Parts: sequence; C-alpha cells; structure tokens
Amino acid sequence: MEEIHLTGIRKSYGKEIAVRHLDLTVTPGAFLTILGPSGCGKTTTLRVIAGLEEPEAGEIRFGDRLIFSRQKGVIVPPESRNLGLIFQSYALWPHMTVERNITLGLKQMGLNARETAERLEVALEKVQMKPYQLRYPSELSGGQQQRVALARMIASRSSILLMDEPLSNLDAKLRTEMRGELKRLHRDLEATTVYVTHDQIEALTLSDIVVVMDKGVVKQQGTPYEIYHHPANLFVADFIGDPGINRFSGTISRKNGTVGLDCGDLWLPVPGDPPANAGELIATVRPESIKVSPEAREGWLRGTLESVQPKGSDTILQVRTENNSITLLQPGFIRMDLGDPLWVDFDSESLNFFDVESENNLLS
Amino acid sequence: MSLNPASSGSQPPTLSRSNLTYHVYRLLNQPEKILGLLCLAVLSFLVLVPLFEIIHDALVYQSYDLAYRPEAKVGSFTLFHLERVFTGPLSRALFLKPLFNSVAVGVCVTVLGVGIGSGLAWLMVRTNIRFKGVFGALVVVPYMMPSWVLALAWLSLFKNDRIGGAEGMFTSFFGVQPPDWVSYGFFPIVICLALHYYAYGYLLMSGALATVDSELEEAGAIAGMNRRQRLWRITFPLLLPALGSAVVLTFIRILGTFGTPALLGLPVRFFTFSTQIYASLNARNSGDAFVLALVLIVMAITFIWINSRVIGIRRSFVTLTGKGFRQREISLGVWCWPATIAVGLFLAVTVVLPLLILLWESLVITPGDYTLQGLTAHFWIGESDPDLAYGEPGVLLSPGILTALWNSIKLGVMAAVCNGLLGLMVGYAAVRGRGTLLARWLEGVAFAPYIFPSIALGAIYIGMFSAPWGPLPALYGTFTILVLITVVKNLPFTSRTGIAAMLQIDKSLEETARVQGIGWFRRMAKIIIPMSSSGLTAGMLLTFITATRELSLIILLLSPANMVLTGLIFNYNEQDMTQHSGAVTLFLVLIIVGANVLVRLLTGGGGLQGLRHT
Repeated sequence: MEEIHLTGIRKSYGKEIAVRHLDLTVTPGAFLTILGPSGCGKTTTLRVIAGLEEPEAGEIRFGDRLIFSRQKGVIVPPESRNLGLIFQSYALWPHMTVERNITLGLKQMGLNARETAERLEVALEKVQMKPYQLRYPSELSGGQQQRVALARMIASRSSILLMDEPLSNLDAKLRTEMRGELKRLHRDLEATTVYVTHDQIEALTLSDIVVVMDKGVVKQQGTPYEIYHHPANLFVADFIGDPGINRFSGTISRKNGTVGLDCGDLWLPVPGDPPANAGELIATVRPESIKVSPEAREGWLRGTLESVQPKGSDTILQVRTENNSITLLQPGFIRMDLGDPLWVDFDSESLNFFDVESENNLLS
Repeated sequence: MSLNPASSGSQPPTLSRSNLTYHVYRLLNQPEKILGLLCLAVLSFLVLVPLFEIIHDALVYQSYDLAYRPEAKVGSFTLFHLERVFTGPLSRALFLKPLFNSVAVGVCVTVLGVGIGSGLAWLMVRTNIRFKGVFGALVVVPYMMPSWVLALAWLSLFKNDRIGGAEGMFTSFFGVQPPDWVSYGFFPIVICLALHYYAYGYLLMSGALATVDSELEEAGAIAGMNRRQRLWRITFPLLLPALGSAVVLTFIRILGTFGTPALLGLPVRFFTFSTQIYASLNARNSGDAFVLALVLIVMAITFIWINSRVIGIRRSFVTLTGKGFRQREISLGVWCWPATIAVGLFLAVTVVLPLLILLWESLVITPGDYTLQGLTAHFWIGESDPDLAYGEPGVLLSPGILTALWNSIKLGVMAAVCNGLLGLMVGYAAVRGRGTLLARWLEGVAFAPYIFPSIALGAIYIGMFSAPWGPLPALYGTFTILVLITVVKNLPFTSRTGIAAMLQIDKSLEETARVQGIGWFRRMAKIIIPMSSSGLTAGMLLTFITATRELSLIILLLSPANMVLTGLIFNYNEQDMTQHSGAVTLFLVLIIVGANVLVRLLTGGGGLQGLRHT
C-alpha cells in the first residue's frame, strides 16, 4: 500500500490544456475514481501518474519516493515506477498466449521459474481463467480478454494499480458483473487504485473517493454520497445522476416570515441565511426525491403528465406545471395516461441551492 | 499561467548542470525521439546532402570545362553549365531535343500504358471475363521483370543492318529489313515502355475500382442516368484520384528510365534526358549532367505538385467504408469470349513471347541464324571457345556471370535487410512521434527519393561519392555504393510499409510493456518486431525484387568490380553478344519470379498487393 501524491500538475498538448492545475492525494489502499466527460483530462492524469505523459509542472510522489518533479529535475521512467496498469483496449499482445502475456513482465522482474509459475497460477485463479492459459487473445471473448488483462495486472503485485476505463468495451450485462469482481479484487489486493471512467455508475459503485473533473480542473472531490447528494457546483449536480437533476431558477423572497426561492408556481424554502446580495438562485432536486400522488393533496403542486418511460424496475415521469417542467423517478413499472393530473411535492432536505454567477453550492 | 497564479512550477527552470542531466535523462526515456533524430540525420545525409551537392557541382567549374575555358579555376562559381545547357549553341542537342524526346515518350507511354492498364483493370474487376485467376497472375508479371526485357526482345525481333552485327528474326524469316523507325528510336521505345508500365495503371486502377460501391452506380440508375452518364458522372470522378496517381507515377518513372531508351535509342542517336545524362557523364562532363538531372527533378516535383493540387483534395472520395459494400459483375454478353481471347493474346505477346524470343536468342549458334539446325546449348553450358563470343564460356560456367549473379543476389538481400530495418525504425519514430515536427520531417525526407528520377539519383551519387566525403571514403566503384543507393531509392516505399505496419500496433501494447518494466530493446524484440514482421517481410522481399532488376539507378555506378546481372546484360548487348544477354536475362527473370513466388507463399498470396504502394 502506497500513497499517491500529486501537486500542481499541469499538462497541455500544444495550446490545448489537458490538466490545468491538479492537486490530488490518494490515501494508501483507497479506490479513487476520476470521473468526467471525454476530454476533461482524466486519462491524461492517469497517464501522468504512470509516466506515459510528462507534465510541464508539478510533483508526483509515491509514498516517500519522489517520482517526478519538474523543478528538482527528477523523472522516474514508467519502467521503474512499478505500477499495474490496465487499458480500455486491454492491450493484450496478440502474438503471445495468455500465459506469455502474463509472464513476460514477471521474467523482467527477475523472478525465477518457480515464482513466475506460482504468480501466474494465482493470478489466473483469481480471474477464473486457468483453463485458457494456452489460448491466444484472439481466441477469447471480450470479457475473457478483460480478465486476462486483469490477471496480468494482478500478477505484477504492484502496490499501485491504474485502470483506464477498463469496462467500457464490455456489454452492459458483463459490465455489471465485472464491476462486482473489480470491487472484490480491490478488497483482496489492498492496492492503492486510481480508476478512470466516464460512467457515473462505475464511479459511485466502486469508489471510496470520487474526483469529478471538467476541462482540466477538479470540480469536486468526495465520497460517492457527497458527490451525489451534496454536489459542490452545478456542473457536478448536472453531470451525476440519470435521469438528470431538476433545476429551478428563481428569486429570493420572503413568505410568512421564512426565506424561500420563488420559481413561479413553485416556492422552495431556503435553509439558513442566504447571502444578502443573492437575488437569484438555482435550486436542484434529484428526480427520485420528488413525491408524487395521483390525487390532490394539500399544499402539493398540480401538474399534468407529459411522458412516461418505464425502465422496468423504475419509471421516469415528466410532469408539466404552470411554470416548470419536472422529471421524476418512481419505483416500479408505472402505467398512466398522458395528460392525467398529478400532484408533486419536495423534501426540503433534498434541495441544493446554487449561486447563479459562481455556480457553487451555497449549502456546502 | 495567469489563470493560475498559485501554480508553483510554472517558471522555466534555470539552466544548470543538474538540469542538463535531467534533459539528457529525459531524452533517453523517449526512444522514439532518439531514433527519429538518428534516422533524420542519416537520411538527410543520404538524401538531402546529395541534392545540395549536385546543385553545387552544377554551379562550379569542373576539370572537363578547362577545355573550353582554359582560364577558369576548377571549383569556382560559374553559370557556364547553365549557359551551355539552356542558351549556348549546344543547347539544342544537349537540352531541347532530349527534353522534347523525353516528354514525347513520356506522354505517349503514359496515355497508352494507363489506358491499357485501366481497360484491363475494368475488365478484370468489374466484368465477367473468364480465366481471371490466370490473367490476374500474368498481368503483373511485366512489373516484376526489368523494364528493358521487352526492348531486348524487340531487338532480337526487329534489329536491322543499321548498326552492324547480325540482323533480327524478322529479317531472317522474311528477308526484308524493317525500316529504321520500327527497329530503333521513338516508336519501339514507346511500345516497349507502354507494354511494361501499363502494370502501374492496372494496379492502381484495379485497386480503386474494387473500392467503388456498385450501389453508387445503381443510385445513379434510379436517378434516371443511362449507362454512359453513370460512367462519366459517377464512376469516373470516383476513380480520378487513382487515375491521377497512375499518370504521375508512370510519367515520373518514364522520365527516369534508362534501359529501354538506351537499348533502342542510342543506336540511332535518339537521346532522352536519361540517356543524355548517361552520355554526358561518360564524357566526364558532370556539370552538364547535373544540370540535366536537376531539370528532371524539378519536372518530377512539378508533376507531383500539380497532381496533389488538382486531384489530391478529392482523394478522400475513394474510401472503403466497409458498410453496405457490394460489387456487381457486369455481364459482357456475347463480348465475353472475344474479350477473354483479346486479353489472353495481349498477355501472351507482352509476357510470354518476349521470354520465348530471348530463350531462342540464347540458343542460336550464329547471331541472325534462327534455323533449327543452328540451335545450340553452348551459351548456357559450353566451355570457352575462342571462335564463339570472344571466347566467353556459357552462362552457367562463366566466372564473370556467376560473380555478377552472386553480386545481384547479395545486393538484393543486403538492400532488403537494410530497407527492412530502416523502414521499421522510420515507421516507429514517425508513428510514435506523430504530430511532432521531427516526425513530419522524417516522413518528408524519407519520401524525398521518390522525386529523384533513378538516373538522376545515380548521377547525384557519382558526384557525391567519387571522392571521400566526410567520414566516408570514396565509394565509387564499390559494392557499398550500390547497396546505399538502392536502399535510398526504395526508402519511400519501405518507410511507408514500416509506417503502415506500425500504425496497426496500438500504442497501448507497448505502453503496457513499459509500465511492466520492460525496456526499449526488449519491447522492440518481443512486441514491435514480431507484430510487424509479416508486413516487413513482404516489404523486404519486394525490395529484393526491385533491387535485383534495377538498371537505371545503378548503371552509372557499375564497374567490373561490382558488376551485377543487369549491368552485365547491358554490356553484352552493347558488345552485340545477344546470346549471352538473352541467356542472362532469362536467368535474372527466373530469380525474380522465384523471389516473387516466395513472397506469395510467405504472405498468403497478398504479396503483390503491396506493389500498389510503390
């Protein structure tokens, strides 16, 4: 177990800045996920850690070991960083058998035949690929290739593992299955892991810590719970969650002695003291945090049903009120007719309020 | 930086000793950069320096010039050669006539060759003509043979009494001398070159035709176009890029070709640019030769430029989408068999007949006597006989020929190995460094020999290596210079093979190894080379073929010490030892065809596809 410590990392390709200024610490044994849309700098960050890209500025440490420092003139090449790395494309050598794919790196480490064989055996055992030892990659399915790539990483017994969208080439069902295996593996191996993905479900299900990046900048860093329920800014609020979060713009007003956000037919109570100068705010609420009823209820907002999208286990409802459009997620397979009247209500706990200018969360 | 005042490492570190070691260390961790710089340095030396060298030599007095300008100082700047070639009284003979002849031959051969090639390509790819397999194999055979095999055969057939020596088969059979214009000069040169160079048109056009989706034409039919409109408005524009490349490629090759115009043109003093350069160099008048070589290079560059400007933009039209791709054969109906017979006859005349003629030629005891009684195997297996062919023993016993054979094979193998390695390295450096200035330069320099017509490159190398140059000793007359020039000339092709092979190896395959601690040399040995080996092997065997059949490129550099088969054939022919030239030619063709069979076996039949990129 080793700590990964990045400070002031900057990396650009020509005029294009991939990573603007990154400070990141991965605690020993943690599973950290970098999440973001394509082009946000997440893969670049991973490649910088691996040494496959050289940053223009900053410092990298693994535990006490200084790996890279532009100022001190230190650069440890990827060959000597002692990492495990897995690519989206699996990067299996097509002209070598599964066995050779795994042992090539082990021989390089100077292990003798017995140790090599033992590690090979253990690694293949872990991913349940023992029977395929002598196959070539082209003779394996996508999921099996993925497992071999995992085995190769496991066999290296590195204390730091880097994974670049390892599941994105798999079909949906296999992806769910492999997600579970990755989680189990991480617990077994106890290695510090940095995982890069654009898939929020992977990020939320696997991670101890999620780092959301956009345009080369960290937007938020926190536990999956924090990221999901207390987004630090509108970008994170919008990016996380499927269906997307509801947004309401309004102006601060007072009603019956309490402060709230006036969004036309919606009035949302604002907890605490809103900034004096904050005239306008944006409120967000998760689709599943909205209560809905087919019958009229006291104090609830009336709307009409605009669309119904049953997903099987739950259903996405689109409700139109006089001034707003609201997306709801309800459990179960709901069958309703379009145009039916509906009444909705919000939990004030599930609301987040954002400044219009800075887009930052005012509650956190 | 202004965005991030907090950024600590943004100010550039000052130059210190530790900083320097850091940079050196960093460079060592970027093997593609080191390799790229190395390749660029070597290639610049082999490609760009020679170019500057001949520009220099063309602009200073040579010792030959003292005959005309006794007061001149050798090595001082002068426009003397330019004046002589372009404006002086000799300009007509030195420049204008060869220019006119070269262009006339080039245009006629290009029109004829590309026309024949395109027609054959269309018949083979899009129609239901018979015997496609056999025809497909035969149709590219002329490409594999040296271009002047046809010229030799032509001489055996149509030689008249103009230049002395024995007459050809035509006279022997019919008792009539063929007129000069049939035997020598413009007409036979055009015919022989066209019947060889149609292969370029064929390869490029059949490749392009195979990528035109029939659905595009059917869409035209649905839109109400008739057959002719479809051909002109849909098919033809789609083929235009390939047609343009075929035209330019053929034309440039013909500008630089030497063998055929020499064999068929020199006897009647019909000079093209290439033979004029040869004549000037033979007369030790290298200044004039270099000016002419520069003109050739400028012409070639102009043509490539025009092609890329006019047609290059549309190149993206002909792309394989891989989706909805379908090709329908056009039924020739009653014309099926006549077309099949015509193609069969054409191939028999261009491929089989010349070889038969040369075989017969090699078997007659007295030149010009083509009766059955006059046949002998002496020129193949006979001991030395002072009455026959100046006492030269038969081909299979002659030490001179066996040495030349060994040299040819050695040249082919060495060029193939060097080109393979260089292609691999250039490909690696160019692909891994994609987007960097270094990679662009490297690709550019590796492509440069493409624009040097063969004979011009030969002239450059004479100029450059006739005296010691830098660390290199004088290489003129050595075997090394043959290998060097062959490697350089084949560089555009092999570096493209290397780049194509490397593009197929995803970067991550190497990075995975890197992260696992596997160093560069082991990565090359265990991953890069094994994965690119099939493409490289095919490329190397094709280099072998081009190297062994080459004449234009090396004719200026040959000496008795480094003689190869092609040069020997040329010499035998000059000495009118037609049996020997015929026999050695057959010998050479046998080697080349053998190597090609090997390519096909090793690459599973795909070997000739690679020729499309040459």
